[in-house]
This record gives sequence, C-alpha cells and structure tokens, in this order.
Amino acid sequence: MGGMGEEIRLDDAGTVVHLAPEHQVIIDLIPEGSRVIDLGCGEGDLLLALMIGKKVRAEGIELSEACIQACVAKGLFNVHHGDLDVGLADYPDRSIDYVILTNTIQVLHRPMFLIREMARVAKRCIVSFPNFAHWSVRWQLFAGGRMPKTDKLPYEWYETLNIHLTTIPDFRDFCHKAGLKVLQEIPLRASPAGRSTVVRFLPNLRADSAIFVLEEGDPPPPASDPSR
Amino acid sequence: MEESDSVGIVKTQYFTFAEPPGEMLLECGRSLGPITLAYETYGELSAAKDNAVLILHALSGNAHAAGYNQPGERQPGWWDIMIGPGKAFDTRKYFVICSNVIGGCKGSTGPSSINPQTGRPYGLTFPIVTMHDMVNTQTMLIDHLGIEQLLCVVGGSMGGMQVLQWVVSYPGRVRLAIPIATTSKLSAQAIAFDEVGRQAIQSDPHWKEGDYYGKPLPRRGLAIARMIGHITYLSERSMHQKFGRKLQDKTEYGYNFLADFQVESYLRYKGDHFVNRFDANSYLYISKAMDYFDLAQPYGKLEQAFAGVLARFLVISFSSDWLFPSYQSKEIVSALRRVGAEAIYTEIQTDYGHDAFLLESVQLSSLISNFLSHGRRGAS
Repeated sequence: MGGMGEEIRLDDAGTVVHLAPEHQVIIDLIPEGSRVIDLGCGEGDLLLALMIGKKVRAEGIELSEACIQACVAKGLFNVHHGDLDVGLADYPDRSIDYVILTNTIQVLHRPMFLIREMARVAKRCIVSFPNFAHWSVRWQLFAGGRMPKTDKLPYEWYETLNIHLTTIPDFRDFCHKAGLKVLQEIPLRASPAGRSTVVRFLPNLRADSAIFVLEEGDPPPPASDPSR
Repeated sequence: MEESDSVGIVKTQYFTFAEPPGEMLLECGRSLGPITLAYETYGELSAAKDNAVLILHALSGNAHAAGYNQPGERQPGWWDIMIGPGKAFDTRKYFVICSNVIGGCKGSTGPSSINPQTGRPYGLTFPIVTMHDMVNTQTMLIDHLGIEQLLCVVGGSMGGMQVLQWVVSYPGRVRLAIPIATTSKLSAQAIAFDEVGRQAIQSDPHWKEGDYYGKPLPRRGLAIARMIGHITYLSERSMHQKFGRKLQDKTEYGYNFLADFQVESYLRYKGDHFVNRFDANSYLYISKAMDYFDLAQPYGKLEQAFAGVLARFLVISFSSDWLFPSYQSKEIVSALRRVGAEAIYTEIQTDYGHDAFLLESVQLSSLISNFLSHGRRGAS
C-alpha cells in the first residue's frame, strides 16, 4: 500500500508520509499521547504520522517482510513481523488505548476472533473497511452481471485477498454479535481531491468505505443457548 | 572485491587482565586469571565515544571479522560482507570492535592456553565458562577501550546469546541490540546435536581426557563434530539445491564406503578443514556454554529477565533456520513487548538455514544500517 495516498510533510526535518484519505480521519480520532497499535501497519506511514503529529506511543504489526524493511528505513522502532490471524496474545487486557485496523479486516481468516482480541486489549478499536454495498459495486453486479472492481476493490476475483467483504449494516451486526458497542460510524466517500468526505445521506449506498469506532460492550456477549 | 569497501589490513590485538591475585570469579564458582581476549577494531572511535559497535561471534568464530590479517590473504574476516566503508557496519561512521570469547582457541584464554601455574596447557582443568562469563570478560575489554556505553551489540547464533546476556546484565551500557538467528535457551534437540558432537570428540582415542597437546590431535572426533554441526547450519532445501544426489568426480556408484555423493565429500572437507583451525577442547567448552545458556533461568521468566532493559532491539530470524527456529526469536520479542521494550522483529525469507546470517543479504544489510543510523540519532 506504500506510496499511495496524499503526500504529507510532517515536520521541519522533512519527514514525508503517504496517507490514505481515511488515515486523515483516523488521526483526528486519536487523542494526543495515546498508546496505539496499528494492525497491518504496511510501510508505517500512519504510525509515523501519529507518532509525530499526536505524540503517540505506537506499535505496528505487519505480515510483509518488505513492509517491515520499509518501516525500519523510516526509523520506526516498534514493528513486528507477525500474522494477525494468531491474535494479540502478547498484550494484556486493556493495555492499549487504541487498536487500529485499516482496510484489513476483509483479508483475515478469522475476523470475529481478531475483533474480540482487539476489544480485549484496547480501550477503543478503530476499524475501517471497503463498503461492498457501494452503488458502483451494486451496479457492476446488477447491470453488468460481472464481479465488481472499484478503486477500493481493485483486484480480479481470482487474485484478490479479500475473502470477507462486508457492508455497513453487516459490519454493524457483526460488531453486535461480537459483543462490541459501536461508538461512532463514519461512512466515507473519496472526493476527487483525494480527501475523504463524510456521507450523511444514504451512507450504505454512497460511501465507498467506513470507519467504525468500537469498544467492549457492556455486559459481555451472552453465551449462545443451544436450546433456543 | 573492491579495495574501497574493505577495511584493508588489520592486526589482531590482545588485552590481558585479571592478573593474580585479581582473578576473575566465574559463574561456575572458580576463578581464572590472567585472562587474555583477542580482538580487532575497525574505524575510529568518535570524540564523544558514542559510535562503538561490538560484534560477537558464533561457536567457531574469532576476532578476525573483517579485512585481512596479511597482504595476499585469500579469505577476509568472517563478517567482511557486513563490515567496511559503506557496508551495514559502516566503518566511516562506526567504531567496530569484534571480541573473541573466553574458552576459545583463537588468541583468547581457553583450554589450549598455558596455565601459568603449571606451565602446561589447561586442558580439562580449564574451568567451565558460560555466556555470562564471556560477556563479563568483554566488559573488561570495553572498559579498557574507554567506552562507557556501546552504541550497539550485535551477533548471530551464539553471538546473539551474548547480545541478550549483555543487555540483561549491563542494561545501561547498550543503546541498540541486534540478536540474529538466536535463542534465549537451546531446545532439547539443539543440546542433543551438541552432545553428539562432544561425544565424537571424547571417543576419539587421541583425545585422552583432553590432554593431547603436543601429541596426535583428536582430529577425527573434532571433524565429525563439525560435520554434525554443519548439517544443522544448513536447511534441507539448501542442501538439496547445493548437492542433491550428485556424485563426486564419478558417474556411477562405487559400491564402497568412499565418498560417492558430493554432500559426503563436502562434509568431509568441512570437517578436515576445521581441525586445522580449531581446538577440540574449545569445542567442548564453548558448545557446553551454549547448552547451559538459559537467559530466563535466574529470573524465573524471560519477561523478568528483560524487566530492566533499556536498549532498543532489532530481532532477526531466518525462515529456514531449524536449529534456532523463528519461534524462539518470537519468544524473545514477546517478552520484550510485554515489558514495553522497543523491538523490531522480522523473519527474513531464505533457504539458507541457520547460517544465513553469514551470507550476503540485502535485507539484512539494509535492516541493520537503517536501524543503526536512526538509532544513533535517537529518532522517534
């Protein structure tokens, strides 16, 4: 994902990062000085922007060796080569202020498992995902009868890593089933200027992605009753 | 080899300390002195003395890490690919020190050294040494060089164990730590391989309870130990790629016990070559030091061992290393994360097995050079 998005100059030293439009929205959600983990941190641009802009204590976890190399080249000292599908066992309960998962949940083998792990370790979770109910996706399937390809979902069906695509209402249901409370839903639409605009009218049709801010629900999820 | 990226001709130096009656107390409870450490240095120590990098070697390594000891020498030092002008350990920026270990046979005090009290080689009267002892002696060398805090300690395999011991025993003296292809403790399997190697040496009729100096050497035993070790340093895939079932200088099986296969002749060559440059007793002592190494043991848990660390870490493993597999590096990183230490972890994809750290690798070089330059600046 490196190199994509808007080029932002972070400080007088000339540190430059490339931020996806939704990253700008996420940065605004994080209070200064928080302890943050970015899951699937890629080449570390969001981490670096948060560290310099918000003075956060940030860690990244990333599956790609090449991305870890890029993070080290940027001067990040807290990045781990690891697979999110194995969870966050190294982190105690509530040890992190914010756990961020941007544009990644759809590639996980066990999204329910990871979102529970996120809720366990973090006070708040921020999840962004491409919205599969966006009109252009619907239109390509409905009118063209073809597998949809969009800016957010650019891959051919046979080479995509996206195995768990979702929509805004489906993701909302998923959070409830996972026992998480939805604090904020931010449906977004990429503007031609490369910025993200919040979609207020018909969000599930007009937003190409969404950011959810979540926390552990209260009370915890009831165990399923097999007699019902 | 371009001259411009070589450190050129270097001279191994020697530092002797712990002269009686000031012998050094070892972990096993015995004292040893005097102690000599062989070392080499490359580059210049900065005026602020803040650019020193200590390189720690593996089981059979020595102080000669880079450059050439004599003009016309065929092979440069063992990590020459990493040390020199413009290389990962850039000698234009860093003062690089490579220290030999106590117990060795390459200029430092070990079982083949003369015991000044008897005038004869120590042999098996040499005390058992541990990773802790190796590191304690290195601190004497670093003191001697006038360095309070090292910018970095780095090493692969047993060198990585010393790195871990350094940061735990002397947290204030290390800013950056790079343990590569290593473990906080050997697995039963790794100890088992070491033990077979030691048994090979000890069953050589020339070994004579370690008292063979000046007599025929236990060459067969040491060669077999090296052959076993060498198998563990390669991966199944790299052996397959390098040798397959190819025959050595022949097209048909010989139907005898000479070396038919290339892999046989390669191992025999490695074994025979090794006995010319290594001491069998040193092999026993150093392999035992590795077996005894258990960083967590005095503290209960690995996290508690790391509780006081101040260094930033770059932990590197290799995907095909089955001697110290990646999970052992991940255990180190997990414990570091739990105590809130800053650590980068990466597994480099390679077919070359445990020995990958000794081979040319763009990934390894760029990780190290970026980590060092950002770490020296103290950025973010």
